[in-house]
Amino acid sequence: MVAGTLKVLLIYGAVFGLVPIAVLAERRIAGFIQNRLGPNRVGPQGLLQPVADVIKLLFKEEIVPAGADRLLYLLGPFLVFAPAAFAFAVMPVGRGIQIADLGVGVLFAVAVSSFSVYGIVLGGWASNNKWSLIGGLRSSAQIVSYEVAIGLALVSVLMTTGTVHMQGIVEEQVDNGWLLLRQPLAFLIFLVAAFAETNRLPFDLPECEAELVAGYHTEYSSMKFALFFLGEYIALITASALIATLFLGGWDPVVSPGLLGPPGQAAFWGDLVSVAAFSGKVVVLVFFFIWVRWTLPRFRYDQLMALGWKVLVPLGLANIFLSAILGAFET
Amino acid sequence: MTMGRDTGETAQRTGPGRRSLLERIYLPAVIRGLVNTLGHLFKIQLITKGSAKGFTVEYPERRMPVRRGYRGEHRLKKDAQGREKCVACMMCATACPSHCIRIVGEEAPWPDRDSRPRIFEIDLLRCIYCGMCEEACPCDAIELTETFNIVATSRAEKLYTKERLLEG
Repeated sequence: MVAGTLKVLLIYGAVFGLVPIAVLAERRIAGFIQNRLGPNRVGPQGLLQPVADVIKLLFKEEIVPAGADRLLYLLGPFLVFAPAAFAFAVMPVGRGIQIADLGVGVLFAVAVSSFSVYGIVLGGWASNNKWSLIGGLRSSAQIVSYEVAIGLALVSVLMTTGTVHMQGIVEEQVDNGWLLLRQPLAFLIFLVAAFAETNRLPFDLPECEAELVAGYHTEYSSMKFALFFLGEYIALITASALIATLFLGGWDPVVSPGLLGPPGQAAFWGDLVSVAAFSGKVVVLVFFFIWVRWTLPRFRYDQLMALGWKVLVPLGLANIFLSAILGAFET
Repeated sequence: MTMGRDTGETAQRTGPGRRSLLERIYLPAVIRGLVNTLGHLFKIQLITKGSAKGFTVEYPERRMPVRRGYRGEHRLKKDAQGREKCVACMMCATACPSHCIRIVGEEAPWPDRDSRPRIFEIDLLRCIYCGMCEEACPCDAIELTETFNIVATSRAEKLYTKERLLEG
């Protein structure tokens, strides 16, 4: 019981602690990529900037627009934030270390993380603002479309590993090599769809500041806006963790599996190394997400839909057939 | 996916069917873009860490050199005896296109001139910093300095009096 509580606190503490770091990293990396410096005034190298931002947001005025549906308006940010965090409950953050060892781990993670679309749609609808509504609608169409591609990529992953158990998938990769190499097409589809799922550039059409002001969170202020923001970054970290688990070998340290030692009570240091390996992969993926954001321009809406339905879905289907044939030859 | 129409040399390639498969996949272009931004990411860090050759001038500590002939805040000059050079001839107030200079003269106590300004006010909120006052002045008494950060917290502070102008 105590150990379980400690595990929850540690894992979620780490996830929530990574958010301000990711926000700062995003802004500074954006600066460097654009030949600027980025925020570097608050604290050494701007390290205290997130603290200043949070204090500012706490003291901002809470505004509920006239004609807004109050209950749904308040519910929106929470529904974005909570599902993104839920998915971490089944994430195998280290060898044998995860909060809930569900038998249907992967399905739970994917199902729960796509739940955040409700928050975005409700927030957009309840704001009584046309920009918010358009942003919310775009988001729902986008997430539903790319959910199909994610599902198809996932099917081929599950065919290769033969399990939906999160730890099982990682252990299978430790034994037989990372899925990145054995299922490169599924990795690519999953990666592209993950950008759409987390509403990040080049697929951040729900926000799309050039045409929709700020999309679904146009009318949100103060801590409610902060909650949206937090949810966005937690979704980013969750997506990174999911990709790391499914394709990059999860907690498998790159060097050699012998580094971990045998599992069991005495393998504390080995377990710690596995957690470090997983965290390292998540950080690298978060950097990749940021890097892509400041490289690619935004897609047009029809391009986004065409990419989802005309390219990723057929590719995913083809990949399933391909892995079925390859699997049949292997056995 | 059709893109916007290009012009010039690449025009013949823009038809939807004309692109090669590699171009339509986008991935090579995406990777080229990623390499490009990664280059920028590390270049600026090397520059700013090693020397001060970065593009950014971090303002309050470092400042850009002000160009010659820059027209900033006004100042009234003094002569060798520490008296204002201005003789209240009204040339600057007449030349001023935005009518921001107000001068009220009085008799000068000194033998070398007839008058001097009792009141000399410039409303910096009206001033367009054209430098016509400096051009018009026959006594070389008014000048636009290189001070560009002219800050005030009220409108009254932007109304520069004779004393304030002589300080600069």
